[in-house]
Amino acid sequence: MNILRIIEQLSEVDADVLGRFDSRRAVFKTLGNTAKLGALAAAPAFVSSLFQKAYGQTTSTGVIDVLNYALTLELLEEDFYKKMVAAGKVPTGAPQGAINLILKHESAHVKLLTDTVTALKGTPKTNVKFKASAFPADYATQLAYAQALEDTGVRAYKGQAGNLIGAMAGTTSLLQVALQIHSVEARHAAHIRTMRMQAPWIPAADSNLPAPLGPVYTGATREDNVMQAGVDVTKLGSGYSASDAAAAFDEVLTMAEVTDASRAGGLIE
Amino acid sequence: MPKMSPLSNLRMSEPLFSDSFLARTLRRRSFFRVVGATVATSTLVLAGCNDNDDPEPTSSTPTLTLGSADNGLLNYAYLLEQIEAAFYQKVVDAFPSDFTADDKAAFVDLRDHEVIHREFFRYALGTNAFDSAGTSLTFDFSSFTLTTRAGVYAAARTLEDTGVAAYNGAAKLITNPTTLALLAKIASVEARHAAFVRDQAQPGSFAASDVITQTGTTAGLDTAKTPQEVVELIAKFVPATITAPITT
Repeated sequence: MNILRIIEQLSEVDADVLGRFDSRRAVFKTLGNTAKLGALAAAPAFVSSLFQKAYGQTTSTGVIDVLNYALTLELLEEDFYKKMVAAGKVPTGAPQGAINLILKHESAHVKLLTDTVTALKGTPKTNVKFKASAFPADYATQLAYAQALEDTGVRAYKGQAGNLIGAMAGTTSLLQVALQIHSVEARHAAHIRTMRMQAPWIPAADSNLPAPLGPVYTGATREDNVMQAGVDVTKLGSGYSASDAAAAFDEVLTMAEVTDASRAGGLIE
Repeated sequence: MPKMSPLSNLRMSEPLFSDSFLARTLRRRSFFRVVGATVATSTLVLAGCNDNDDPEPTSSTPTLTLGSADNGLLNYAYLLEQIEAAFYQKVVDAFPSDFTADDKAAFVDLRDHEVIHREFFRYALGTNAFDSAGTSLTFDFSSFTLTTRAGVYAAARTLEDTGVAAYNGAAKLITNPTTLALLAKIASVEARHAAFVRDQAQPGSFAASDVITQTGTTAGLDTAKTPQEVVELIAKFVPATITAPITT
């Protein structure tokens, strides 16, 4: 463990970590005081204050922005599955059962997020549609887009967890709610992937697939990544492959990456 | 303060906030690198202070203390991953006779993922790991039927759903964003596992109503359980009395 690696770990989950500290004048003040004290005992209090300033309520990404971002993705998914049901290509039986259940969950997520933004005195996002011209005519391609949307959702929620630390709606932890949606998206993704005869988890090779799937698994931290907290996890044990090591961890996508035209951003009407 | 992290030595020998240090002409970026490093280092020192991980048996039923704050939660995740890895290893060592080739391949993958999670937490915790003194636990899976495909998938479903609920319930207790991000990376993989083994146990049950609320104000949400609730669920697998992580 060396000190440069620690900041590297921090920047791995928050690319803007240096900027967060940088942009806050108060941090300079606190630092000055701490330096004057010159006492190591003061460091924990300083650390706590630094983090509150960097990641507290005054973060550039507000909680309502995060919720509306999540809502945008849920509206996109909901509309996609509505189009999929309306197109009538989903085989009867288990496939229709699965798609209907997933649509029901996406509608529930839309309602929950809309109600939460409203309760927090924000303006909930509305009227997000899956681009009609991009909607595939055949069932197999529809499923591929469903996989793209679900795996994007998993990565997108994961990318916002840090922005929701301590965020509350009344007595409800918004971080917990976001993660309770996050794992539902992961269950959906796993099921859709198996409907496509794919592994339920994300093997390293997926990062090299052609669009629309490939870009879902790329980004600043690709899904074939095997470095976690500064350690190469393929080196921690033996008997497993690099693809296993990549699949054992899902990675984040930032808001900018998700809304990029190469990913979900390009699928919005 | 029963034990200090080895990193405490680093801090003592490097007065990062001395006037002479600040007076130096540093490029802005390098300066913030040092500040950031102190953040993480201090966290580890605190974790070391809070550490209370002695699994030495004091009676016929030993006590397993997971510790407090983020360190306690990491130990909690580490214990869950140990249980899952041991479970899958046991199945892989003696597949049920009605397991197909696909079942076997899937279970090798599942075993590999959980071993990787376990080894990652062992690495991340270092001397703060509850078993760093070398006492490894042997888990008791006698409550499961592991001789049939149905029994194995039902057991895997129980463990994976518990894992998902545990990660979902632990997240809000975590204070360090780095730790939170790491647990979230693993949580969704556990949810993928859960969906898969549920579908194998009962087709189409990947997100059924016993785990996902289907109606009401929490409709569409997965299960979340507190560490205390999870500790009660896993007690039967663990040959020790578990003291849940203290997170207040």
